[in-house]
Amino acid sequence: MTPAGASLLDRLAAIEGKGLAAIGEATDSATLESARVEYLGRNGQLADVMSLIGTVEAQARRDVGQRANAVKTVLRGALEERAKALESAVRGPRARIDRTLPARERWVGGVHPVTRVIDEICEIFAEIGFTSVLGPEIESTWYNFTALNIPLDHPAADMMDTFYLEKDVVLRTHTSPVQARVMEAFRPPVRVVVPGLAYRRDSFDPSHAPAFEQIEGLAVDEGVDFVEFRAAIEHFVHHFFGPGTKTRFRPSFYPFTEPSAEVDVSCTVCANGCSTCKRTGWITIMGSGMVDPAVFKAVGYDPERYTGYAFGMGPARIAMVRHGIPDMRLLYEGEMSFLQQFA
Amino acid sequence: MSISFNWIDELVGLRGELSDPQGLAERLTMTAAAVEKVETVGARLDGIVVSRVLETRPHPNADRLTLCKVDRGAGEVLDVVCGAPVIATGGLYPHVAPGGELPAGFRIESRKIRGELSHGMLCSEAELELGRDKGGIMRLADGLEPGAPLAPALGLPDTRLTLDLNPNRVDLACHVGVAREVGGLPTPRDFGGAAWTPEWRDGESEAGGAGVTVRIEDIDRCPRYMAAVIRGVRIGPSPAWLAGRLLAVGVRPISNVVDATNYVLHEYNQPLHAFDLARLSGAEIRVRAAVTGEPLTTLDGQEHKLAPEQTVIADRDRAIAFAGVMGGLDTEVTEDTVDLLIECASFDPSGVRRTRTRAGLSTDASYRFERGIDVHAQERALARCVELIVATAGGEADLIGLRAGPAPAPVPPIDVRVSRVNQVLGFGLGGAEVRAALEPIGFKALSAGEGGAAGDGGAGGNGATDVLHISVPGWRTDIAREIDLVEEVARRVGYDAGAGQDRRFRPSAVPADPRVEKAARVRELLTARGLLEARSLSFMPEDFRGNRAVVPVPNPLSAEESCLRSAMVPVLLRRLEHNYARGNRNVRLFELGTVFAYAAGAGPAEEADGTGRFEESGRVGGVITGTRRPDHWSGPALDYDLWDLKEIAGSFADRLCGAMLVPFDDAVARDATESGASLAGPWLSRGGFRAVKDGRVVGVAGVVDEASLDAPPWAAPAFGLEFDLAAVEGRSVPAYRKTSPFPAVRRDLSMTVPRGVPAADIEGAVREATSDLLRDVRLFDVYSGEEIEGGRLGLAWTFRFRAPDRTLTDQDVESEMSALSTALEKRFGARIRRS
Repeated sequence: MTPAGASLLDRLAAIEGKGLAAIGEATDSATLESARVEYLGRNGQLADVMSLIGTVEAQARRDVGQRANAVKTVLRGALEERAKALESAVRGPRARIDRTLPARERWVGGVHPVTRVIDEICEIFAEIGFTSVLGPEIESTWYNFTALNIPLDHPAADMMDTFYLEKDVVLRTHTSPVQARVMEAFRPPVRVVVPGLAYRRDSFDPSHAPAFEQIEGLAVDEGVDFVEFRAAIEHFVHHFFGPGTKTRFRPSFYPFTEPSAEVDVSCTVCANGCSTCKRTGWITIMGSGMVDPAVFKAVGYDPERYTGYAFGMGPARIAMVRHGIPDMRLLYEGEMSFLQQFA
Repeated sequence: MSISFNWIDELVGLRGELSDPQGLAERLTMTAAAVEKVETVGARLDGIVVSRVLETRPHPNADRLTLCKVDRGAGEVLDVVCGAPVIATGGLYPHVAPGGELPAGFRIESRKIRGELSHGMLCSEAELELGRDKGGIMRLADGLEPGAPLAPALGLPDTRLTLDLNPNRVDLACHVGVAREVGGLPTPRDFGGAAWTPEWRDGESEAGGAGVTVRIEDIDRCPRYMAAVIRGVRIGPSPAWLAGRLLAVGVRPISNVVDATNYVLHEYNQPLHAFDLARLSGAEIRVRAAVTGEPLTTLDGQEHKLAPEQTVIADRDRAIAFAGVMGGLDTEVTEDTVDLLIECASFDPSGVRRTRTRAGLSTDASYRFERGIDVHAQERALARCVELIVATAGGEADLIGLRAGPAPAPVPPIDVRVSRVNQVLGFGLGGAEVRAALEPIGFKALSAGEGGAAGDGGAGGNGATDVLHISVPGWRTDIAREIDLVEEVARRVGYDAGAGQDRRFRPSAVPADPRVEKAARVRELLTARGLLEARSLSFMPEDFRGNRAVVPVPNPLSAEESCLRSAMVPVLLRRLEHNYARGNRNVRLFELGTVFAYAAGAGPAEEADGTGRFEESGRVGGVITGTRRPDHWSGPALDYDLWDLKEIAGSFADRLCGAMLVPFDDAVARDATESGASLAGPWLSRGGFRAVKDGRVVGVAGVVDEASLDAPPWAAPAFGLEFDLAAVEGRSVPAYRKTSPFPAVRRDLSMTVPRGVPAADIEGAVREATSDLLRDVRLFDVYSGEEIEGGRLGLAWTFRFRAPDRTLTDQDVESEMSALSTALEKRFGARIRRS
């Protein structure tokens, strides 16, 4: 080999050695970049050698070229590796920031647990064609009692249990008067759910409130029977309490339904016997039944032609069962640490 | 309502699944009345035996103790110290011997009591867990042998079922009723005496005989009064079987006569009362309205002053009992009673209710009269009681019975269409199945013409016709209509009948109320801003009673709840104070609810039903106070200020209502909304913002006045807002606007303006002076200080320009900037700072 070829090979060896050293010593990306420029750059040392390959005698030219390419590959590899190492040093597991420090949080808003129950109930009934309607909280005794087949001397209409504003005006004791209002305003098919507040002169204690939420349901049409009523309620129970929940219907009494039924669902808390279900395995969730013909008469529906069913639930009690809330008053205190749990 | 399992079993012989109390409970729950509790009565009485007290003498060292010699049978005589006041020599009492245990698990040993050795103890009902009576030792009737185990003598142990009766099923408040429901017609116990079949003396309102007179002075309040006279009874304890029955249903045995009336009450549901005949002046009974102020002391020792709405039983001179509620102390049966008058009457339900409500009483008798008794079974019940008294207390029943008042009308039969049963139930039943459901519980299908049924030619209930003529038993006072029988069929067939059928989907003809969606939009907007929904009662305290528009509750439960709320914020401020009391400084609450007021200008007669005097409207209230976000180690979180409130109220106004939020400063805020209840209240006295839509105020927001809130010193300023829910619009569907792919150009502009020029006016002028290339205006600094001349204020704005179809040139932007600069200089005397 000619001296020119040999000296180029020496230079390549030196470039490889120094280049690797420079890359290895680089502790930040700027130093690394200058090393790259120095050895691999457009005017760098390697480029310098390569520009001289043409001056080498033909038989040595190939060796020098191959050697130069090998050096280039080695340096590029080292450069890449070092760059990765530097990067991971910045963002990597050995960073100095303590990431167990608390995050910057924000206030999270949310709806009341009873609202959530009401919304879910309305949505589930919407799936089977029920629309949501509302009615007034100040109600005449006609709508609140008489139209619902409740005589005014009935214990339910007693001053002891009812807030009377005037002789014929009460704070509604249930959402059921909206049944009569809806039927007066519309012809069947009627399918509505009615969320709203009702009032009873109960003192405020762990299981009673003088004002409380209720959801009423009403379905009236030709051919609506007890079998259909049961199917609708079971649809609701399976969607609200879960598909494995059992439902039972047992005799009850309401002046505005007949037959009347109490609806129990299998206790969602226990297998059989806890305080929520009073050791019976069943929780009563609604009063219900087939609309009494007297109610149809009062609102001007033909009781021979139309039949229907009605039901009423207490979303506050359902929320208490669902979340294990022991005292109804907690729902109405507006305490932040309580409300936040359900946001 | 308590029912004894053994008693039902004795009446009908319970078989199969019903032979287990749990099975009976399940059957009753699913077909008749919910059983709330199933409990054993008289369990763990193993060590307790009948004992006879042979002699008694006072304890030498204690006034209130007695030394008894007690015969436990088989020659075993023990000394027992007893603390009860009266122990009869020769009487029978339960005894637990040393080494024995009380039901509660308390072990009895021989021990010295005040120096005298006592071997075991004589027991009270409470100690035996048979009742609540702790006072006296339980006296047992003669006829038992000392040494006999107590429990079998009393018919114990038994199982007590507590029924939660539906108000229409008072017939299930007695054992015969429950027996009929589960097992057909029962056979009552044979008392072993002669039957009492009196010669009746009847009268439309008065009957006399057997040495007494009975007169009904108000036939509406008392349709019927029957009486029997028994002379020569010996009052004493009831036989053990009878006492045991009463204990099993939670009734305290008192004496043979009183227990007999209670026994028949629990057997046949007929309330009865025994008067000491010797104490009835004039030997007469009068049923009449009470006289105002008339006195009556009831059996429980309470003294009452009567009112004419109350009905009483009186003798010649005075009231002696509350009709259908409770007897009087003066005429009660005592140990000395010899002659009895037994009352068996029927009283008007609402009259009984008035009588007992005013007296503050509620009794087993009033419960039954208020719900309706079987007036056709009264003779039987009275005879039953007479026979039982004669069998247990001796004496002789007069062979004359008294009946004042007309005989009860027969119960009319009811026509039931099988097709109607199926229309309502959908069970697909045949006529025979309907009959089979009804007949075992006392209903009967009549043939045409029988029992006054409106015949339609078919033979009753053999399936040939649709209509069944059904006779109703007297005890089912709740059955009056066809639909009542439909329910009976459903109960008897089972509420789970007709399973596996499909029904079609039905849409609703009733449109959804738009307020439901409005409320959902409100919740979305406010929860996204970190607020939590509260729910509070719709009442306000008494302080608001003075306000003319506020509706008072005439019969409130407490002063705190004596008005209906007329605004949301004041109610939420109480919730805020509750949070303060718990040490919460950071509170963000909102509530959706109804507010109430008297309607403006509406008179009481304006609407037929009177509700027109009142107005109710949907409202949204909110309060925020404390830090904007939770504290963080990187730096303190700042408290909410007016600008946070302005964002919430502004978003509410703009996004939900299409309203403009404008400031106001009125010291007293009175807003003419269409509702009688004002949106703003005293809490807003420092001014704030109004949301205005079509010239109407639909919302307010501002700092909560200190006087309206009881805040601790560490509290941050509180802010409130209140909006009319009616102003919230339904969800609209936004149309897409083309977004620009071309870059925006930003220009900052500093200026000074005279103080007092509203920033909103400047922004408005900027928008007016520029074309639609201006996409965004943002104020990024407000400054004053030495470098600003007096009376002026520095404002720094950023403007963003962008065209939808091209990149803007410098020239485009410059011409916009110079247009707006010129406008501001001209209109507000703005001085633009050129950099």
